[in-house]
Amino acid sequence: MFDIERWQEIFETLRKNRLRTFLTGLSVASGIFILVILLGFSEGIANGVKSQFEQDATNRVSVWTGVTTKGYKGLNPGRYIQLKNSTFDAVENEYDDYFEYRTKDYAIWGGMVTYNNETGNYRVRGTLPDNQFIENADMGSGRFISQSDINESKKVAVIGNKIKTDLFKGKDPINKNIQIYGMNFKVIGVFFDPGGDREEGQVYIPVSTAQKVFNAGENIRNMAFTVKMADNFDEAVAISNAIALGIEKKIKEIHTVAPDDVSAVRVNNTLEEAQKIYSLIATIKAVFWFVGIGTIIAGIVGVGNIMLIIVKERTKEIGIRKALGALPMSIVGMILQEAVFVTMLAGLFGLILGLGLLELVGPQIESDFIKYPQVDFNIAITTVFLLVIAGALAGFIPAYRAAKIKPIVALRDE
Amino acid sequence: MIQIKDLHKSYHMGSNSLHVLKGINFDVKEGELVSIMGSSGSGKSTLLNILGMLDEADEGQYILDNVPIKNLNEKIAAKYRNEFLGFIFQSFNLINYKSALDNVSMPLYYKGIKRKERTERAMHYLEKVGLAEWSHHLPSELSGGQKQRVAIARALASDPKVLLADEPTGALDTKTSYEVMELIQGINDEGKTILVVTHEDDIAHMTKRIVNLKDGLIIDDSTVKQVRASEHV
Repeated sequence: MFDIERWQEIFETLRKNRLRTFLTGLSVASGIFILVILLGFSEGIANGVKSQFEQDATNRVSVWTGVTTKGYKGLNPGRYIQLKNSTFDAVENEYDDYFEYRTKDYAIWGGMVTYNNETGNYRVRGTLPDNQFIENADMGSGRFISQSDINESKKVAVIGNKIKTDLFKGKDPINKNIQIYGMNFKVIGVFFDPGGDREEGQVYIPVSTAQKVFNAGENIRNMAFTVKMADNFDEAVAISNAIALGIEKKIKEIHTVAPDDVSAVRVNNTLEEAQKIYSLIATIKAVFWFVGIGTIIAGIVGVGNIMLIIVKERTKEIGIRKALGALPMSIVGMILQEAVFVTMLAGLFGLILGLGLLELVGPQIESDFIKYPQVDFNIAITTVFLLVIAGALAGFIPAYRAAKIKPIVALRDE
Repeated sequence: MIQIKDLHKSYHMGSNSLHVLKGINFDVKEGELVSIMGSSGSGKSTLLNILGMLDEADEGQYILDNVPIKNLNEKIAAKYRNEFLGFIFQSFNLINYKSALDNVSMPLYYKGIKRKERTERAMHYLEKVGLAEWSHHLPSELSGGQKQRVAIARALASDPKVLLADEPTGALDTKTSYEVMELIQGINDEGKTILVVTHEDDIAHMTKRIVNLKDGLIIDDSTVKQVRASEHV
């Protein structure tokens, strides 16, 4: 294997048979290249779809209200159902054991926010401390709203990174005062959100403060919870579905809404959607793997086929070499070493080309549904070795048989 | 150098059995130049193939340079072929993607000789057959006579005990044939034992002894007065 004379002989053979070498290499390199690209993009799609979900916690149950469409117990349709602090408390009491995080919201759209001479319109949301986790907000600096901020209805604000850029022009906003409709709020933190600019263009303030300064009394706009995850995903979906139904029923009871009124109280359970998306991702990945493995099998068959032709074409040469004193095993070894060398080199070339392309093109892709296409290097290198081994095996059998042929048969004039 | 006793060989093709060699006896001494003659189907090529260990006899004894050639496995056969024998074929059997020089150095590669020495020795033999300036040409760039001379250089390269030539002039015109025979005679003059299979009378008479085969048996074995090929060129 490490015999330099043997290598010289092999390089010479490869050099003198450029087309054959090139074609073998091409089929291997393109097989690996296609596989890498396919796997990369399946990963990219999975990443893209996942990131669409990462804006918020996936195990989230949220509640909105609207206008009743049905009369119930003597009440007319067309009534707006106003959620109150008491509604939230009732729901929380009933299902507290199942909840991981809980929040209620009082928000105004397009609130006027000012710092020094800079002004902008942003969504201002009164919320509870847990909202940080429900919204998947990452604290860039400072802290999120705390329970004591709520208890004392402090005038503090957590701003999104976009607002920091817009109003503070990159200066540190912590402990500075911003004005919301002219009222001073102290900035205590800056957050990032995977949801991007839309989510980062928000100001969070304590919900109790929001209710006071916007004259909302006990009113809240909506509430959201995350359900503790069970070990089993299906079980988790079942639990959160049951809880969603339970919450809906509870709120309808409190606000005297017909049980079959679908527009007055709406409870949305993201976990169920998440499950659909995850199974979609799994399907996409499976399809890509299937195509990828198909490509590899085609590559293996291709290499095997080429090996078969090479051996066939070289039968006479093998006969000559044997007549000149070559050992059968040295002939098999020579053909295999040649095949392994070419497939390995071409495989690595295809691998590097594929990885390089993903590395180059990956970051350029501006699509919400394809993000960071990449390939697990171990998987890629394993497939290269698999192809090499399979190619060697596919080549071994015809090479072995050719080496067994009596020189007299191989040399027979046709 | 070569002793053969009661050699038999049959080929089986399906249900048919073809008895090709039906008990061949003959000896070749060192330095002889023997031609084996016979019409097609007489078994002359089969005999040469058995002598060349490219094929195996069913029965009988074959002793080459005091070594009994019997029950050879591939490994030993390859070693013996490399050490004892040099082959010259009718269709030359050069490796077409290798230069003349590389073709000649091939048996030396299988002898395990290093590249530098290989090249030197191959070059020496190419000079001997008068093709030194063609050393880097591919077989496709050489004429038939030149190809055969490369093949002869290759057969000589490993310095074998016996040269076996199977119709060495079969694919050549008369003039080139005589040139090749002149070369073979020259090699024989230096003491090399050579066996030539041929069906051409004039070629046979350029050797020192003619063995005539018919239907798998030797019908005639006689020394002849050698005709020097140089007289015809």
